[in-house]
Amino acid sequence: MAKKRNGNAQKQAFFNATRALKKSLPILMGVLMLLALADTLIPKQTYRLIFSGNWFFDPLMGAALGSISGGNPLTSYIIGGELRQEGVSMLAITAFIVSWVTVGIIQLPAEGLMLGKRFAIVRNAVSFCTSIVIAIFTVLTIGIK
Amino acid sequence: MIKKIIEKVGVGEAFLFLAVIGYVILGIFDFALLRDVLYVLIRLIVRIAPILLIVFVVMFFTHLFFEGQRIVRLLGKGSGFRGWMVAISGGIVSSGPIYMWYPLLSDLKEKGMKDSLIATFLYNRAIKIPLLPMMVHYFGWDFTLALSIYMVLFSVVNGVIVQRLTQRGPEG
Repeated sequence: MAKKRNGNAQKQAFFNATRALKKSLPILMGVLMLLALADTLIPKQTYRLIFSGNWFFDPLMGAALGSISGGNPLTSYIIGGELRQEGVSMLAITAFIVSWVTVGIIQLPAEGLMLGKRFAIVRNAVSFCTSIVIAIFTVLTIGIK
Repeated sequence: MIKKIIEKVGVGEAFLFLAVIGYVILGIFDFALLRDVLYVLIRLIVRIAPILLIVFVVMFFTHLFFEGQRIVRLLGKGSGFRGWMVAISGGIVSSGPIYMWYPLLSDLKEKGMKDSLIATFLYNRAIKIPLLPMMVHYFGWDFTLALSIYMVLFSVVNGVIVQRLTQRGPEG
């Protein structure tokens, strides 16, 4: 009897999980398609051209650039490493790395659809601001430019 | 008209349809570029397929063992320090792209998970333990350590601000 109840619970859990995932699949597929498009259409060299060496605008640009980019965080480290060699400030690079993973403009429609429009906009806006604050704190803590 | 179409086919399907239209337009103007985009897309799908399986397994066990009340106790109003710890550690250990976790979080939100904890979970996804050696390689130990600590601390700040701004009060 208990075994049968267990089996039913497992069946129900499987059904619920499948239904929830199935509902999300078109959105996930749409996000993947947009990411592939952005990855191909935005050349990596573009990142280098955007920074001017200005201490006020570079972190903002770094955070903005990280927000519209997406993909594996490893890519952001590699680009960040290259930018460092080009003489871009660590403040800008840190804001870029942090916003790369915490802000997602490309995923924003999907996040809005699944977690609520207001939540998605507020979360991404707050994450954008905190990426700059974290960059300032990190750079001040370790004392690099 | 657009609203009616969206209501009929579903928001997700309409979103996917728009992306497909974008691809078709790209294909008409530059087929070689479309081929490159499709190649990147296939690579992306292959990379995230295992993560999707993990997400499914986590969702299955969530449905099996955590009924609504238990989730509310763990991640809802009044979950307190334990709720923050679950969100922080869950965010750090979860792998794969951020958007793969939306279905699970959406599911948990329906069951009562607070916005602040969802935001904190998503923020901590930025800390990738397997990638830390790479970060150390590029930027050094001190930078990696300082950044990781600030990320964890600010994930809570982020969660609290998001909760307040979504107008549900600090406790959700």
